[in-house]
Amino acid sequence: MGDHHHGPATGIGRWLFTTNHKDIGTMYLWFSFAMFILGGTFAMIIRAELFQPGMQLVEPGFFNQMTTLHGLVMVFGAIMPSFVGLANWLIPMMIGAPDMALPRMNNWSFWILPPGFLMLASTLFMEGGAPAFGWTFYAPLSTTYAAPSVTFFIFAIHILGVSSIMGSINIIATVMNMRAPGMTYMKMPLFVWTWLITAFLLVAVMPVLAGAVTMMLMDIHFGTSFFSAAGGGDPVLFQHIFWFFGHPEVYIIILPAFGVVSQIIPAFSRKPLFGYASMVYATASIAFLSFIVWAHHMYTVGMPVAGELFFMYATMLIAVPTGVKVFNWITTMWRGALSFETPMLFCIGFLILFTIGGFTGLMLSIAPADFQYHDTYFVVAHFHYVMVAGAVFSMTAAVYYWLPKWSGRMYNETMGKVHFWISFVGFNITFFPQHFVGLAGMPRRIPDYALQFADFNMMSSIGAFIYGASQILFLYNVLATIIAGEKVTDEKVWDGAEGLEWTIPTPAPYHTFEVPPKLDAAHA
Amino acid sequence: MATTEQAPAGFEKYYVPESSSLAVRATIGLLATVFGAGLLLNDMTFGEPGAASMSKWVLIAGLVFFIFTLASWFRTAIRENLQGMNSAQLGHSYVLGMFWFIFSEVMFFAAFFGALFYVRQLAGPWLAGEGEAGRMNDLLWPGFDFTWPPMITPQEAVGGVDSQPIANNGAFLTQDRSMAFADAHHWYQWLPMWNTIILLSSSFTVHVAHTALLKDQRSKFNLWLGITVALGIIFLGLQAAEYYEAYALFGLTLNSGIYGSTFFMLTGFHGFHVAMGMTMLLIQLIRSMKNHHFTATDHFGFEASTWYWHFVDVVWVFLFLFVYIL
Repeated sequence: MGDHHHGPATGIGRWLFTTNHKDIGTMYLWFSFAMFILGGTFAMIIRAELFQPGMQLVEPGFFNQMTTLHGLVMVFGAIMPSFVGLANWLIPMMIGAPDMALPRMNNWSFWILPPGFLMLASTLFMEGGAPAFGWTFYAPLSTTYAAPSVTFFIFAIHILGVSSIMGSINIIATVMNMRAPGMTYMKMPLFVWTWLITAFLLVAVMPVLAGAVTMMLMDIHFGTSFFSAAGGGDPVLFQHIFWFFGHPEVYIIILPAFGVVSQIIPAFSRKPLFGYASMVYATASIAFLSFIVWAHHMYTVGMPVAGELFFMYATMLIAVPTGVKVFNWITTMWRGALSFETPMLFCIGFLILFTIGGFTGLMLSIAPADFQYHDTYFVVAHFHYVMVAGAVFSMTAAVYYWLPKWSGRMYNETMGKVHFWISFVGFNITFFPQHFVGLAGMPRRIPDYALQFADFNMMSSIGAFIYGASQILFLYNVLATIIAGEKVTDEKVWDGAEGLEWTIPTPAPYHTFEVPPKLDAAHA
Repeated sequence: MATTEQAPAGFEKYYVPESSSLAVRATIGLLATVFGAGLLLNDMTFGEPGAASMSKWVLIAGLVFFIFTLASWFRTAIRENLQGMNSAQLGHSYVLGMFWFIFSEVMFFAAFFGALFYVRQLAGPWLAGEGEAGRMNDLLWPGFDFTWPPMITPQEAVGGVDSQPIANNGAFLTQDRSMAFADAHHWYQWLPMWNTIILLSSSFTVHVAHTALLKDQRSKFNLWLGITVALGIIFLGLQAAEYYEAYALFGLTLNSGIYGSTFFMLTGFHGFHVAMGMTMLLIQLIRSMKNHHFTATDHFGFEASTWYWHFVDVVWVFLFLFVYIL
């Protein structure tokens, strides 16, 4: 209470006790970057082991722990929280709200994450080792054959789920209830739209994941037989429940990325986004389809032919709304006054590489062909094209784009461009060859491989080290900007940027829009 | 594009609380709870006999701390509202929060209902050899026939835990009797029917209480809310009796194969939610009787609890249909 216009508190208490959406956004972003480095370290261990055929550095069991934790940490620790951080920072500023709708719960959503991940990481030091059953934790590997640390893995998943659900409820309440007068749904920035739909997906599927891990817990400790055929259950049931969560989950990861790209490409094309309404409808269609395609992850596990056909055709349908989006971004750039600052470079990189990832996804959607691709490096290549070049590239673009607004300082453009090119080249050296070894039959999640895959794997590893190292440059650039970057004071840091967040002072004051803005006639 | 100078007419300031230690305290409580639960379960399943005694104190301490923190959180929210700090817009945020929270609960139950349908309609018949997917039946589970409720597990069909050709992960022994409606002559002894009547009536009584509150009839409100809470307690008592019956008389346990698994998980989680909803309503009753909280126009704590109660009621209707009747 009291004076609302004072700045942040001082000391550690500011961060522990804050209810400010900007502080919480900042914590999410730094936490997710720390997890990105941790998950990246696991990836480097994987690529180091795969540098040459044969067993070099780690035991097979530990290798399995690395692939498992790499996936879990990247999905739940790096990518998802990073976009939640972005949502916290941007949604109130984009819709003209004083803060998130439920500020104390917002703080709680964040603070249960670090101890949750601490618990997950602590399994590395437990008897029997960390979870080693892949990030998809299929039963019975994760039940009958799991190390005792699986119990803590299960509770860690519960905690992350609680965090996601509370965060999403907050975002939904904020978007539905806190928009400035005149900010109708179809006038919201596309980033807000994509997050609204993402939050809906999260509230819908995180509880299903909680149900899945709860069944695991019961099978392990209380003798139930959900995933055991001996008692009348079915291990495949686990896969169905998991992927009912898992497929919407991958759109939870990519939809906010679509939102970011839809903000940045118009800014550097100096044109409004082409086909705004179709973008909204495409996002909603993708979200709807995500609920009826889950079994395309399970073509080879055994399913009636009618099921295979249904999931195949439903999956192919996703290409339609996704295509709408890609064409809209390209059309936005068409005859625009383009300039290629770092955020734009990352968005164009996103556009090209995500499209490649989308095409390989289309290949994988064909059930008969998938019998060849399933569980090979082709799948690994596919989802890294959409997860890394899709989600992480757009996240990186977002940091470069909004950092001047957040910090009031400009990043080093040359260093940013160097970061982009090293990332772009390193990423492609890492993952492009994996298409070839995958099509030739190299299985994923195995620490050794046949000799004919040696050259491509060495390329992959070198690319991974390059891509990994480029993140240190990114960290340096961000830190240097915050500490000593060139000051910017223009409200509109980028001349083509549109939206309410560019009407407030730079750097963004601690409290913004305590009184809702009045949208002028052109926008209201 | 926009100006921040004038407030639109009728604008009421949205209350954003200053810094608060509630979240960090709740985090400590929640994490201690799950960490303690993890330790306890691992000690019970994998540890030495008696090892569980220490870890349970971590769980209890965490749980107590968590519950006290939540209580103080709700107290804070109530106090702020009574001090008039909440605008109508903030009230709407609470409405949205509660609605989407209940939606997430619906999806949690959907996972377990999904498991039930999958097993009953697909996996069960396949295990018994039906269709393309059932071709392995003769090899893996010869002699297993699928019925619902299953009166034999695949393991029992092949002659017990040591005869099964795949990994041994425990003994699954079916019940002697299922919880389905059995005896038309003693229909009045069938507890699920009474529980259905009780829970459906309680949705009605809580609605009567709500109507009374809207007319500012305090004592009528307290009476009907009290009846609702009592019905909730009776429901839980009958469910405890039913569980006793299952374990002691019917031999139906968590180990009874997929029927026991789905039965206890669905009804158990539902019972837990009834206990939660009953506690929520009880707290509203105490608030009303002791502190004279709630007016005809300002009673969201009560209203949210009734939504939760109706949700629990609807879940029970589905349970009654798919777990007990069909």
